[in-house]
Amino acid sequence: MPAKKKESADSVASATRVTAGATATAPRLAVRKTYKLFIGGAFPRSESGRTYVVADSKGQFVANAAQASRKDARDAVLAARAAFGKWSGATAYNKGQVVYRIAEMLEGRRDEFIALEVPAAEVDEAIDRLVWYAGWTDKLAQVVGGANPVAGPYFNLSSPEPSGVVAVVAPSAPTLLGLVSVIAPAIAAGNTVIVITDAPRVAITLAEVLATSDVPGGVVNILTGSAAEVAPWLASHSDVNGLDLTGLADAKLALELEQAAAETLKRVRRPAAAPDWSADPGLAPMTAYLETKTVWHPKGL
Amino acid sequence: MSAFEYAPAPESRSIVKLQPSYGLFINGEFVDGAGSFKTISPASEEVLAEVAEASTADVDRAVKAARRAYEDVWGSMPGRERAKYLFRIARIIAERSRELAVLESLNNGKPIKESRDVDVPLAAAHFFYYAGWADKLPYAVPGWKPADGHSGADPRPLGVAGQVIPWNFPLLMLAWKIAPALAAGNTVVLKPAETTPLTALLFAEICQQAELPPGVVNIVTGAGETGAAVVNHPDVDKVAFTGSTEVGRIIAKAVAGTNKKVTLELGGKAANIVFDDAAIDQAVEGIVNGIFFNQGHVCCAGSRLLVQESVADQLLESLKRRMATLRVGDPLDKNTDVGAINSAEQLSRIKALAEIGSAEGAERWSPACELPERGFWFAPTIFTGVSQAHRIAREEIFGPVLSVLTFRTPGEAVEKANNTPYGLSAGIWSEKGSRILAIADQLRAGVVWANTFNKFDPTSPFGGYKESGYGREGGRHGLEAYLAG
Repeated sequence: MPAKKKESADSVASATRVTAGATATAPRLAVRKTYKLFIGGAFPRSESGRTYVVADSKGQFVANAAQASRKDARDAVLAARAAFGKWSGATAYNKGQVVYRIAEMLEGRRDEFIALEVPAAEVDEAIDRLVWYAGWTDKLAQVVGGANPVAGPYFNLSSPEPSGVVAVVAPSAPTLLGLVSVIAPAIAAGNTVIVITDAPRVAITLAEVLATSDVPGGVVNILTGSAAEVAPWLASHSDVNGLDLTGLADAKLALELEQAAAETLKRVRRPAAAPDWSADPGLAPMTAYLETKTVWHPKGL
Repeated sequence: MSAFEYAPAPESRSIVKLQPSYGLFINGEFVDGAGSFKTISPASEEVLAEVAEASTADVDRAVKAARRAYEDVWGSMPGRERAKYLFRIARIIAERSRELAVLESLNNGKPIKESRDVDVPLAAAHFFYYAGWADKLPYAVPGWKPADGHSGADPRPLGVAGQVIPWNFPLLMLAWKIAPALAAGNTVVLKPAETTPLTALLFAEICQQAELPPGVVNIVTGAGETGAAVVNHPDVDKVAFTGSTEVGRIIAKAVAGTNKKVTLELGGKAANIVFDDAAIDQAVEGIVNGIFFNQGHVCCAGSRLLVQESVADQLLESLKRRMATLRVGDPLDKNTDVGAINSAEQLSRIKALAEIGSAEGAERWSPACELPERGFWFAPTIFTGVSQAHRIAREEIFGPVLSVLTFRTPGEAVEKANNTPYGLSAGIWSEKGSRILAIADQLRAGVVWANTFNKFDPTSPFGGYKESGYGREGGRHGLEAYLAG
C-alpha cells in the first residue's frame, strides 16, 4: 500500500459546495481534478499505474496523486533532452518572454493557489520571482560573460551556456515559492528540468500554468511521489547534467545522491544551509547550471 | 626524404643545477619526507634526482603550515601587498625562464621550443595577471555585496586549497592553480605529478627568493596516495584537480557531502572540424598543432579530425606530407617538433590503444621516422577509416595519435563532434564567418578554436562541459573559483 501523504485542506475539491443562486434542494457535485504527472508537455498517469492518497491536515481524503516510478523518471529525461536543443537555442529575448508569460498565467490563477491554501503573500512572491528571472535571461551573458583581452591578435569571447538537463528535488515547503525558486533559475538559464515533488496538487496546478504559458513541452517535467525512490535514478542517469538538492532536507539521501552524481560528474548544487526562500536569490541558482564557452578566432587582414 | 638536413642545435643543460636529492617544501623550507623516489628524463631514462615522497603525515604537516599561514598572515594581508608578492614571482619566473624551460624539457620530455615559448612565458603571465586581481576582489564577483553591510570589505577566500596537477604542463599547471588561489587570499598545498616534480621544486626556490611568507605555498611530491591525502584532508577547503576523468570521478565522490569547493579539469576527445571551404594549408597546420603539440599529451588536443568528405583526400595528402617533415627526437634540440613520451606507462597505453585501432579495422599511417634507442618514443600517427564506434574515436589516447572521420553535412559534423561524454574543446576550420559562429554555438565544449587551435591565455577561461569536469581556470572565472563570495 502506498504511504498516505498529508496535505492541507482543500476547499476546491469539496463535494458539498452549493452553486450560488441554486434553488434546487440537491447539492451540486463538484468535478474533481485528477492529479497526474507532467512529462513532455502532457499529463500522463504514472507508467507504474500507482497512486498515493493525498489527505488534508485533518486526514480527509482529497486526491489520488500519481506516484512516479523509475520508468517515469527515464521518460522525463527523454522529454527534457528532446526539448533542450530548441529551448537552449531560443533567443534570450524569447526565453524572457516565456518566463514572463508564466508570471502572467500564475497571476491569473492566483485564487486557485490560495484555495489550495498557499498563503496569498507566497503566491505574490512566486509571481514576482518569475518576473525577476524573466528579466535575467538577456542580461546574464553580459554580467557573467565578456570579452577576454588575450595577448595576441585574437577575438576571444566567453559566454554562458546552459549545462543541459537538470534534475531537481523540490523543497517540501514553501510549496509554490519553493517550486518556482528551483524551476525558474534553471530554465531562465536555458536548461530543461525534471522536478520531483511531494506537493502534488500545487505542483500539478503549476504544471497547468506552465502548459498554458508557451513553455515548450519537455522544458519542465514534474514527477510527483517519493524523492527517495525516484531521485537515485536521476542522480545516476548518464543523460542528466545537473542535480539540484537545495530542497532536500534528508542529509543521508543527499549524500547518496551526490555520490551517485559523481559517477557522471554532474553539476551538484547543495547549499550548506536551508535557504531563506524570500531573500534575493542572487546569481548562484542560475550560474550553478551554466557552463562557460570561450570562442577564439584570429584577427587579420 | 627531406629537402633540408638539420645539424643538431641542442640547448645547453649547464644552466640547470640539479641537486642529487630534493625534499618536500613545507612552511618555507625543504624538509625530509617519509620515502623517496627517482625522477628521470623520459628522453634518455637517465636518473635526474631523488625526490621525497610525502606520506599522509607529511601532507598533514603541509596542511597545518598552510592553515597557520592563512590565519596568521596571508588571509588577512591587504590585497595590494599580496599582489606585490605575486608580481615578484612573475618577474622571477621571467628572469629564470631559461633555467625553467631547460629543466621542464629535461624532466617532461617536451621540445625546448615549446617549454621556452609556451609553458614558461604563460606561467609568468598567469602570475602577472592574477597579481593584478589581488586588490580588486570585489570586482571579481558579479553582484557581490558584503553580507554584514561593511563597505570596503573584500569577498572572502576559501582557506587552504589542496591542488593536484598533471605531468603534461608541470609548471604551467602549477601557475594555473597557485596564482588565482594566492591572489584570492588562500594558501596552498600542491602535489606535482609523480613523473615531473622538478620545476615545482624550482618554483619553491622562487618562492623563497620572493620572500613569500612561509606556509603560503607548500609543495608535496609523491604519487597517487599523496594526492589522495591532499584531497581527503579534512582541513582542506578547496580542491582543484587537473588530470584524468577516472580520477576526477573518485575525487567528486570523495568530496560529496563535505563543504569543500571543487574544480575539476579532466579528459577530452576534441573534434577538430574541417569544412570544404577551409583554407587547407592553414587547417593542416592547425591539425598538426592540435594533435602533435606536446606529443599529444594535452587534454584539449584535437584528437578526432572530422573532415568534410569532399576535401578529405586532398587534406589527408597535405597532412601526410606535413607530418613527414616533423622532427622527432631530443627535447633539448631547438629544431625538435615532437619530443619524448612522458613515461613508460604512458607509452604502453598509447601503444595498446594504437594496436586496438588497427585490430578494429582502422588504417594506420606514420611517416618514416627514426626514433632514438633509449627513452620513450612514439612516432606521429594517424588512423583513417575510423568509425564512431572505434575505441580510438571514443577514448582519450593522450599521445600523438589522430583519428580521422569524415562527414557530409554541417549537421552531421555537429552530431559527431558532440557524440562523446567529454566536452573540453573543439576546432572549426572554415572561411565562412556565419558558419563558424553557428557551429560554435552548437558544439558542447568549453573552448572552441575557430581557424586556430591550442591557444591559451591567462585572461581566457578554460574548462569543460559534461564529463570533462567543472569550473573554469583563467580569467575572472578562474579567480571566482577561489572565493567564497
